[in-house]
Amino acid sequence: MSSLSATIQAVFDEPGCGKNANKSAAERKKGCTKQLQPGGAAGGCAFDGAKIALQPLTDVAHLVHGPIACEGNSWDNRGAKSSGSALWRTGFTTDINETDIVFGGEKRLYKAIREIIEKYDPPAVFVYQTCLPAMTGDDINAVCKAAAAKFGKPVIPINSPGFVGPKNLGNKLAGEALLDHVIGTEEPAYTTPYDINIIGEYNLSGELWQVKPLLDELGIRILSCISGDGKYHEVASSHRARAAMMVCSKAMINVARKMEERYGIPFFEGSFYGIGDTSDSLREIARLLVERGAPDDLLARTETVIAREEARAWAAIAPYKPRFQGKKVLLITGGVKSWSVVAALQEAGLELVGTSVKKSTKEDKERIKELMGQDAHMIEDMTPREMYKMLKDARADIMLSGGRSQFIALKAAMPWLDINQERHHAYMGYVGMVRLVEEISKTLFNPVWEQVRRPAPWNVPGDSWQDKAIAQMDAEAAALAADPVRAEVARRSRPVCVCKNVNLGTIEDAVRSHALATVAEVKSHTNATGGCGACAVRVEEILAAGPALVAAE
Amino acid sequence: MATITHLKKACTVNPLKMSQPIGGALAFMGLRGSMPLLHGSQGCTSFGLVLFVRHFKEAIPLQTTAMSEVATVLGGYDNVEQAILNIHKRTKPEIIGICSTGVTETKGDDVEGYIRMVRERNPEVADLPIVYVSTPDFKDAFQDGWAKAVTRMVEALVHRPPPGAVRDRARVNVLPGCHLTPGDLDELRTIIEDFGLRPSFLPDLAGSLDGHIPDEFTPTTIGGIGVDEVAAMGTAAWTLALGEQMRPAAQALHDKAGVPFHLFQRLCGLGPTDDLMMFLAEISGRPVPTKYRRQRGQLVDAMLDGHFHIGGRTLAIGAEPDLLADVGGMLHGMGARIAVAVTTTHSPVLADVDTGEVLIGDLEDLERLAAERGCDLLITHSHGRQAAARLGIPFFRMGIPMFDRLGAGHLTMVGYRGARDLIFAISNLVMADHEANHEPTPDTWRTPHEPGAVAGAWTEGEIA
Repeated sequence: MSSLSATIQAVFDEPGCGKNANKSAAERKKGCTKQLQPGGAAGGCAFDGAKIALQPLTDVAHLVHGPIACEGNSWDNRGAKSSGSALWRTGFTTDINETDIVFGGEKRLYKAIREIIEKYDPPAVFVYQTCLPAMTGDDINAVCKAAAAKFGKPVIPINSPGFVGPKNLGNKLAGEALLDHVIGTEEPAYTTPYDINIIGEYNLSGELWQVKPLLDELGIRILSCISGDGKYHEVASSHRARAAMMVCSKAMINVARKMEERYGIPFFEGSFYGIGDTSDSLREIARLLVERGAPDDLLARTETVIAREEARAWAAIAPYKPRFQGKKVLLITGGVKSWSVVAALQEAGLELVGTSVKKSTKEDKERIKELMGQDAHMIEDMTPREMYKMLKDARADIMLSGGRSQFIALKAAMPWLDINQERHHAYMGYVGMVRLVEEISKTLFNPVWEQVRRPAPWNVPGDSWQDKAIAQMDAEAAALAADPVRAEVARRSRPVCVCKNVNLGTIEDAVRSHALATVAEVKSHTNATGGCGACAVRVEEILAAGPALVAAE
Repeated sequence: MATITHLKKACTVNPLKMSQPIGGALAFMGLRGSMPLLHGSQGCTSFGLVLFVRHFKEAIPLQTTAMSEVATVLGGYDNVEQAILNIHKRTKPEIIGICSTGVTETKGDDVEGYIRMVRERNPEVADLPIVYVSTPDFKDAFQDGWAKAVTRMVEALVHRPPPGAVRDRARVNVLPGCHLTPGDLDELRTIIEDFGLRPSFLPDLAGSLDGHIPDEFTPTTIGGIGVDEVAAMGTAAWTLALGEQMRPAAQALHDKAGVPFHLFQRLCGLGPTDDLMMFLAEISGRPVPTKYRRQRGQLVDAMLDGHFHIGGRTLAIGAEPDLLADVGGMLHGMGARIAVAVTTTHSPVLADVDTGEVLIGDLEDLERLAAERGCDLLITHSHGRQAAARLGIPFFRMGIPMFDRLGAGHLTMVGYRGARDLIFAISNLVMADHEANHEPTPDTWRTPHEPGAVAGAWTEGEIA
């Protein structure tokens, strides 16, 4: 495990990550990941993260070395699309049993690799380590090495057992595996000055194909997409790309940065969600390629395509404006996606009554304010009940969110549209944004809402859970309004740091009694921001409001 | 809302409609020990027989007066008499239901008169219940034949209660339209009985064509409502007429025996089922059973889950008026757009269908309009299969005949449970179609582009 823990430490020491660069050496050692709270964790494990990151490689056999739970319970559950091989959707697992636990599962793993190569002859086999064989000490690196030598085929160990951390750590460990064993091991048949890598894009619902035609038109070749609709030899020869785009999340930032370090491939972080963002990303790709020696007419050609596509998209969205007049949207989603779709929704005539900034960085928040004005309703940590009340009070006509919040909206019988990864539709690029607007229209005006909102005819008015929740919240609000002492207690008890369970009052008291001025000081006194660190922005706001509080005393 | 258009074309292509006499015959199949008899040439019966056998996958009792050319010209008395006597002798039916056909109507046979004369001349059939209904092929459609037959059964078989007779509060009559399957009737029976009521279904196809294995071989129907039970329907507290087509029958029952009726134009979906539940709660004086409170929640959930797939669908539907209104209305409520609606005959419900126009036409019209209007979901009976294949759109079979799939008799759309399962079935069909035919490819979003931008593109083999 020593090499795995070294890898994890290396992953945490990620200079490409802005958040990480601001941390102290001690903080960095603890990693960028949220500490898991027993009883309060809902996300996937590191194995899940590694598998998600690599599984879209379509022609690879993904073999999970572990008990049936790891693959048996989760196989073929991703919406990535392939233009060729379907091998990635075949579930391979060693399904280890008691004997393997006692005597070790290395032989079984070796045989499994042999069977896969005999039956499916893939260009490579990826072997995923899981918790159990990691505990019993199966050395998958050694098995992979032996198998690769014996069968003359790359057999790549993916060392990311579930218990080492959460999903996004797994994403990074998967990236490390590619860097260590795959990237740079083959050469492309030919290269062009227009070769790029796209990193961290999974081609969910085939949405990369909403953008790829534009790249094709510009003559830009995706040498390798890591990993959406990817092929093994493309990734293996991806070190010959001229530039790279890292899509959307920071999940695979280590791959982008280390490829820059090792092979001199410059990268930028961009998004194909939203019209403006798509244009920006295309421009940036062109700029980097020209910088790396591509003929500079690419810039002008890119602008031509951007102008044409933007005009097409705006024209397609325009007809929705009258329909959307006065319709309000509540956008609940993590991070970067919040602001990248805001512009398009507004262009379609929708009014945003709020957007979640739960996972957004400070810059994201500022950008949202810039786009939506100061009236923007920033929603920090809405409880399901509050979300329901907001929808119910008709302050929002539709909620756009990830799958996890859907049941709040649906059980509240409110229009809801999935805009996260489990969705059925592709929303990337210009055509994708038009599609999103179409889907909103379809959902918003579906007569089903009217029916499902109607209470059962035998219901006594006020007896449904919705009515009760509203009544309870109204009663609470009224009680608080009537009782300033209770209101203050309620205000102070609002959680700020969820990881370390620190509320607003505790922080305010600490700020006041110790005259704290920095987030670090707050942390040393209260532990707040000591977990995932996402609440640092909130703490800064509290510090900024500090003098006013003191004055009010 | 919808205007009703009757296309004036000379040639019907790929008919949607089926004839009135077999609609009447099917109604008679909902009586116990019954032998439906078509007064016409052999073919009239044989086609209907084959159609029902293929639909229900059951033995079908259906006889013919086997009118020859000569008999047709001279009048069919002899054939009617022989048919009645033969059926009586060979199959010992509890009732014979006679439907006229095109030939005999054109000739102008007075079948009522014939029957009187047959009874006079043949004492053995003097008391045999025989119901006659006029159902010329050249008029109206299947649904109308069914409705007329049921009206005639009421007129002929229901006893007028003596003056001052006390109504049985627990007894309700149910007059189902022909758009309801044996599965629907079974579901309705369960629901009604759960309110402590005793329903009499007229006709009761669930007793005869639900696919149960009879104890003994019988050439007549193997179940259904008995003539004695029909006779007693006049003592019921209420009649539930299911589908607009049953209004005349319910009215006849009211006129004859004074039984008040409540007409349910629709039964499929949340609102219609709510209405049914509340009506039953009211007439029974009992609260809606817990079971249905739970099922309502399940249906709401199914609607929420299903709207992702049904919402935004452009529907082409071809069905008889009551089925069209019921299923079309349910899907419209889920966000589907009824772009093409083709039906077989006039009905007051058609005006309320949520679409621009309802066309009285055929499957050629349905197919042509579905193509023109970009429909991506087709609902009609099995004969829509060729159109669906040519259109390349998902196809859900509903209505009679459904000969190329099993379970036609048990496809259930009524009650919370029926609507829930129907929504699942249609949503699953849409999903399966997506998987099979609409998976994205690298070229899905590729649009033809102007020349110019391509210049300077890399070409294979070029070395950087």
